[in-house]
Amino acid sequence: MIRERLEVLDKLEKKIASIRESKSLRKQERLMNLKTFKQDLLAECKELNPAEKVYLARHLDRPRTDDYVAALFTDFFPQRGDHLYDNDKSILGGIGRYHGQAVTIVGQRKGHTAKENVEFNFGMACPEGYRKAMRIMEQAEKFRRPIITFVDTPGAYPGKEAEEHGQGEAIARSMAFMSKLTVPVVTIVIGEGNSGGALALSVANRIIMLENSVYSVLSPEGFASILWKDASRHEEACEIMKLTAEDLKEAKVADAIVEEPLGGAQRNPKLQFEYLDKVLEKELESLKGLSPAALREDRFKKFRSIGGL
Amino acid sequence: MALADIWGRSGSPENFISCPACGRRALKQVWREHINVCPSCGKYQPLKGKARLNLVLDRGSQKELFPEMAVHDPLGFPGYREKAEAQQEKTGLNEAVLSAYGTISNFPAVVAVLDSRFFMGSMSSTVGEKITRTIEYAGKEKLPLIIFSASGGARMQEGIFSLMQMAKTSAAIQAFSEAGGLFISYLTHPTTGGVTASFATLGDITLAEPGALIGFAGPRVIEQTIHAKLPKNFQRSEYLEERGFVDMIVERKDMKSVLAQLLSLHS
Repeated sequence: MIRERLEVLDKLEKKIASIRESKSLRKQERLMNLKTFKQDLLAECKELNPAEKVYLARHLDRPRTDDYVAALFTDFFPQRGDHLYDNDKSILGGIGRYHGQAVTIVGQRKGHTAKENVEFNFGMACPEGYRKAMRIMEQAEKFRRPIITFVDTPGAYPGKEAEEHGQGEAIARSMAFMSKLTVPVVTIVIGEGNSGGALALSVANRIIMLENSVYSVLSPEGFASILWKDASRHEEACEIMKLTAEDLKEAKVADAIVEEPLGGAQRNPKLQFEYLDKVLEKELESLKGLSPAALREDRFKKFRSIGGL
Repeated sequence: MALADIWGRSGSPENFISCPACGRRALKQVWREHINVCPSCGKYQPLKGKARLNLVLDRGSQKELFPEMAVHDPLGFPGYREKAEAQQEKTGLNEAVLSAYGTISNFPAVVAVLDSRFFMGSMSSTVGEKITRTIEYAGKEKLPLIIFSASGGARMQEGIFSLMQMAKTSAAIQAFSEAGGLFISYLTHPTTGGVTASFATLGDITLAEPGALIGFAGPRVIEQTIHAKLPKNFQRSEYLEERGFVDMIVERKDMKSVLAQLLSLHS
């Protein structure tokens, strides 16, 4: 499993760092051996099974929306709340510059610590979050800014108030709303994208998926629990759900896949930002020549034809 | 014998049917007169999709739309085909949704009905595609659209293709709406998951049957999340009407007259 390999890699790297200073030949030889071992381990990270990708997609150290926003955009100006009822902190939204151009950014947030995760509700938005996203995207439409959304959620929040405030309506409205936008919309799946909670921010012209990100109708645990009444069969579920970036590309949901550093994005976030930057720039560029009406039509057609019968 | 089977099995020797809610028995004929609402306790039992169409549309006006569309298996999911065939055999349906053109008290309309007997009315790629074609047909013919929802949510066996139907149907409703089309969303028991979070909550007018469970997440999942018991009527039509997510709860016997009233107000 990738988990064990990553733990060994961590230890190896610490060891390698501690030996480096020495000039003794024996230590030099030991260093060589350790480095070879590390390369072998990394090579084993090339082919990951779907359950391993789910593990990486959820890794606590994996770069999250806030990290990408800080790395890829300048002049970021955050916008708060739906201006109706609340500010859902599980959604980050605002305006920033991408390669000089003003864009609107909306993303689902997960944290790197327990405290952050509690603050962001583990990336699970309430209706107020989707309404906040719509409010911010509406301005993008008004000011003709491209929209970039980051998807990273185990699903919409299944809570009592969320239901009372119309979770279903908020998700439906968000999808209907995004379908009529006439500015370029690009979605990037950076971690886990589950259920309507993810789809609500994915009605885009282009969907980019990170190599180890996953996108599915439900979490593998939920899937196993519904289908077999046994959540512990989640690894088996991963195998048949077809939730990897490659599967999604084949299903024509994802348009592009971004390479990850060996062993996952968390091993080298800086490199990950560079990899994503290249693909994002290219995808935005590909939408540049399209008229407002053509942008809407392009997005509509994408979703109209998925799973075409 | 399941109540859902009561209409259409005339050969059955059993003339009495007991209510799954209160257990009291009534003659088949009495159930039929009460349109599958228990004559003793008033609890609503499911209606077959076809029965619903027959009740709503004027006699002789009905033309079924896209009847040939059947289950398809985009993931090659183990055991799905066999299960689908068994459901088709049991219900006589090709998929979980029926669509028809017809008139309601002489007002023309396009009507789709989800049938909860078929994979719990879950959203498959065929269900999403058929609903979308139905919306587009209503748009093209400039006719009002009525969709009766009843769904357990996504069709797990179709994975991501099931999920994507939410975006497709919502986008279709959006286009229909912008072109001036009237969409009446009629929620029946149960309307949950991906159907609630797509076309079912995008109606110009939202009606519901009494006592129907309507929500995004299921009550069990919510209780597990918040570690607390939910109020007894939580996510029921009455609860949603109280909070303004449903315009009106309509008794089954008034279904056709209320629809006719709304069509007349929009004609």
